[in-house]
Amino acid sequence: MRIKIIAFFIILNFNIVNAETFSADSNKIFKNLRCLICQGQSVADSNSEFAQTIKLVVRDQINNGKSEKEIYNFLIEKYGEWIVYNPPINKTNFLLWSLPYIIFLIGGFIIFSFFRKSKKN
Amino acid sequence: MQKNIIKLFIVLLIIFIIGVFFIGLNKNSIYDTKDLVGQKITKIQLDHLTDKRIITDDDLKKNDFTLINFWASWCAPCRDEHPILLKLSNEENLKLLGVNFKDKKNNAIEFLNKLGDPYDDLTKDEFGKHSINFGIYGIPESVLIDKDLIIIKKFIGPISKNDYDYIKNIVRK
Repeated sequence: MRIKIIAFFIILNFNIVNAETFSADSNKIFKNLRCLICQGQSVADSNSEFAQTIKLVVRDQINNGKSEKEIYNFLIEKYGEWIVYNPPINKTNFLLWSLPYIIFLIGGFIIFSFFRKSKKN
Repeated sequence: MQKNIIKLFIVLLIIFIIGVFFIGLNKNSIYDTKDLVGQKITKIQLDHLTDKRIITDDDLKKNDFTLINFWASWCAPCRDEHPILLKLSNEENLKLLGVNFKDKKNNAIEFLNKLGDPYDDLTKDEFGKHSINFGIYGIPESVLIDKDLIIIKKFIGPISKNDYDYIKNIVRK
């Protein structure tokens, strides 16, 4: 009896964890999708016809075993990169992605050389 | 020397930031569909509104040109474009595929009985899920494709007189 109860709770816990994972995944995707007909709202924030349809399609694709990346790629193919808030790195936005790191390195170099100079003085 | 490098770097950084703002603020951020032109539409599976059949890629490949029109009886701009769709239905090389979007079947049929039926085939997209495959984000929207299912042009909003002339020129070539 005790084993059955333990098994029941293990299965229940497993199902709850699975449900949470699904909802977290879909919510994460909704938050990274732009509602194209709204002003500054994500699909997650919007209740428009378009956002509702996108939510249905994303949930369908998750149920069909599509990965997050595959879902983004599908929507980018249909609506362009504008639909995602976090566009993938490509030739045109490479500089934008790498610039913070470049500035960080140059800034570090300037600070380093400033301190070295002030030490010498 | 080092001071000059730092000065140069700061000046370049300011120029870069101004440049980014200039380009960013002048860029049109409204969604447009130019990226869709030239793409091939695949996996078409639309349920017929009245018959028990499914319209697929193979059905559309039989047509020289197909205008896929997303509409609904509850959509006011769809009424505006309806006379133009009726005129387009007379074009020989063009087939019109209607996709009734998030609508009630009876209302759709009543709409067509009242205003005329321009469609060669009429399908339904009850929950709007199929519209995503065509890059639709509102209605009315129409997609002109050729027999290879390549998108020639996408029309956002009601089809205008200019759009009508454009479609006519393409299909009569």
